[in-house]
Amino acid sequence: MRIYVPRDAAAKALGAEAVAAAVSAEAAARGLPVELVRNGSRGMVWLEPLLEVETPEGRIAFGPVTAADVAALFDTGFGAHPKALGLTAEIPFLKKQTRLTFARVGVIDPLSLSEYEAHGGLAGLRKALTLAPEAIVAEVTDSGLRGRGGAGFPTGIKWKTVLGAQAPQKYVVCNADEGDSGTFADRMLMEGDPFTLIEGMVIAGLAVGATRGYIYSRSEYPDANDVMGQAIAIGRAAGMLGPDVLGSGRAFELELRVGAGAYVCGEETALLNSLEGKRGIVRAKPPIPALQGLFGQPTVVNNVLSLAAVPAILAEGGAAYAAHGIGRSRGTIPLQIAGNVRFGGLFETGFGITLGEIVNDIAGGTASGRPVKAVQVGGPLGAYHPVSDFDLPFAYEEFAGRGGLVGHAGLVVHDDSVDMLKMARFALEFCAIESCGKCTPCRIGAVRGVEVVDRIAGGDAAAIPLLTDLCQTMKLGSLCALGGFTPYPVLSALTHFPDDFATLQEAAE
Amino acid sequence: MLPILHAVQAEFGHVPAEALPQIADALNISRAEAQGVMSFYHDFRDHPAGRHVLKICRAEACQAMGSEALAAAAKVRFGIDWHGTTANGALTLEPVFCLGLCACAPAAMLDGQVIGRVDAARLDQIATEAGA
Ligand SMILES: Cc1cc2nc3c(=O)[nH]c(=O)nc-3n(C[C@H](O)[C@H](O)[C@H](O)COP(=O)(O)O)c2cc1C
Ligand code: SF4
Ligand code: FES
Ligand code: FES
Repeated sequence: MRIYVPRDAAAKALGAEAVAAAVSAEAAARGLPVELVRNGSRGMVWLEPLLEVETPEGRIAFGPVTAADVAALFDTGFGAHPKALGLTAEIPFLKKQTRLTFARVGVIDPLSLSEYEAHGGLAGLRKALTLAPEAIVAEVTDSGLRGRGGAGFPTGIKWKTVLGAQAPQKYVVCNADEGDSGTFADRMLMEGDPFTLIEGMVIAGLAVGATRGYIYSRSEYPDANDVMGQAIAIGRAAGMLGPDVLGSGRAFELELRVGAGAYVCGEETALLNSLEGKRGIVRAKPPIPALQGLFGQPTVVNNVLSLAAVPAILAEGGAAYAAHGIGRSRGTIPLQIAGNVRFGGLFETGFGITLGEIVNDIAGGTASGRPVKAVQVGGPLGAYHPVSDFDLPFAYEEFAGRGGLVGHAGLVVHDDSVDMLKMARFALEFCAIESCGKCTPCRIGAVRGVEVVDRIAGGDAAAIPLLTDLCQTMKLGSLCALGGFTPYPVLSALTHFPDDFATLQEAAE
Repeated sequence: MLPILHAVQAEFGHVPAEALPQIADALNISRAEAQGVMSFYHDFRDHPAGRHVLKICRAEACQAMGSEALAAAAKVRFGIDWHGTTANGALTLEPVFCLGLCACAPAAMLDGQVIGRVDAARLDQIATEAGA
C-alpha cells in the first residue's frame, strides 16, 4: 500500500510530521507493508495535513488528518471516515485548476528523478537539446511568458538580450527570495517539484549560453532549501547537471545560496550584490543585469515560477502555453490565496479570472465569516483593493489600470475588522525597516511617513495632504520599487477607506 | 561571504566580534567591509541569543489572522520585547516578515521548525518546550 503524507512546510506546520510518524508506527504494529511517500502539497492548505492512499480508481484523500486519526483510518481500511474526501482529483478546488507549472507538485515524490521522468519531466530539456539557442528563445517568446517575480517583463526578450551579449562567462540566476507576504508558490515548487526548477534553469543556460547557475533562496525557508539542495545533488549524480548534461556535451553547474533576512535582496541587483558577498544594496540601472549582471557578466535573473514554466513550454510548445490567459497576460498564473480566507492555498489558472471569483468562489470568503473589506494583491508593495474592484480580471494591464499590480500573484484577504490606517502605517514601517538605504525618499521618507500617519491617527487632519505629498516624492525619487511602490498600499488604503483616516476629532463630532 | 557568516552563526549562535577580522582576512576585504556586510542582514547577531529562538511573523497575511495580538501576548508572557531574551536565557523572540505559511496564519518558527495557526494554547506549548 502506498500512502502519501506531504513534506511541504505548510503541511509540517500543521502537523504532518506527527501524522507521518503515526502512519509508519501503525503500519509496523499491524505488520502491513506500507510505502510512505513524502510528497509536496496539493496546495489545499486548509486540508493539510492531507493524507492520500493509492487505489485502483486513483488516489483518495483524507484531511485535515491528525496523528490521532491514523489508527481509525487503518481500522476502516481507508474507507468511510469523517475526514474522507473521496478521489483527490475530484476535489473541486483542484479540479477547477489548469496546472501546467504545478502539474507534478503534490503528485510525485519530489526527490525521485524516475517519478519525475515518468510524469513528463525532462521532456522539455530533451527538446531544448535538439534546438539552436535562438529557437529555444523563440519558443519562450512565443509562449508570451512574463516574469512572475513582480515586474512582468517578457522572459523571451530578456533571454534574447543575454544570448546576444558576448562574454567569456554568462550566468543564470534564479530569484527564490520570495519575500512578499501572501506568497508561497516558489517555496511549494522547490519543496514539491524541485527538478522542474533545475530543468528550467538548464534550459535557460542552453538558450543564452550560460554554463553556471545560482539559486538565491531565503533563510526563512529551511525546508525548501533542504529539498532543493538534495535535488541538486541528485540531479548532478544523474547527469542532469554537470559537465555533460544528459550526455549532450553541454555543461551546466548549479549552486544554491541562502540569503539572510533582507527583503530588498529580492530586488534583482541587490540580489546580485548579495550573491557577490556584498551588502544587498540596489544598483542603478543601466547597466541592466542582462548585459552586466553577476560579477559584471551577462546574467539572466528570473523568478522561480518563470523558470519553472519553461520545461512545459518547451515540451508542449510556446503556442500551447499562450493558448491560456487574456490580452497580454498569457499562460497560467499560480495564485496564492492567503490571510483571512476559508480555503487558502495555491490555485493555478489561466489569467483572466476575476478578483471576486477568486475571493468568493475559490477561497470561500473569509475564515472569520465576516465580510471582506480589502484584498492586498501583489505583496507588501501591492495595492489594497476594495470589494468594488471584484470585477477586475486577474491580469497585468488590467490591474495596473486600476492602480494595482499582479506582482508575484499573492492575495491577502482582510475582513471588516481591519484598520486600514494601521495597514498603511505598516507598509511604511516595513519600507523603513527593509530599505537598503541608497536613496533618501525611501530611507528617510518611510520613517517620516510613519510619523505622519501617527499624526493623522492622533487627530491631525492637516497631515493627510502631507502623506500624499510624501508618497508622491517616494514614487518619483526612489531608485527601486521598494521606495517607489510603497505608496501604492498607502494611497490605496487612504483612497478607498477614507473613514479609517478620519481623525479622532471628526469621529467624536 | 554569506555562506561563511551562516556557518559561523550556526556554530556559535552568533557572529562573535573576533570572527570578523578573520573572515575579512580570508576574503581579502577590509574589516569595515566585513562589518558592513554582517550588519546589513537582519539574520546575523553580534551577541548570543537564548537557547531557543522563536520567530513570529509580522507580515500582512498573518496580521489578517491576528498575529499582532499573538505577538503582544508572547511579549507579555515572556516578559520581553522583540529581539529580547527571557531572564532565564531560554528563549529569544524575533520578528520575521513572512515564512511562506500565509495560508495557515498566524505563523511562527521555533529553531527552524515551522508552526502554523499559532494560538494561545500553542504559545503555551512552545513556552513549555523551550523552558521559557
Ligand atoms: C524590493 C523588491 C523585492 C523583490 N523581491 C522579489 C522576489 O522576492 N522574487 C522575485 O522573483 N522578484 C523579486 N523582485 C523583482 C526582481 O527585481 C526582478 O524583477 C525579478 O527577479 C525578475 O525575474 P522575472 O522576470 O522572472 O520576474 C523584487 C523587486 C523589488 C523592487
Ligand atoms: S528605493 Fe529604497 S530599497 Fe530601493 S534603492 Fe532606494 S533606498 Fe534602496
Ligand atoms: S547598511 Fe543599512 S542603510 Fe546602509
Ligand atoms: S505573512 Fe506570515 S507567513 Fe506569510
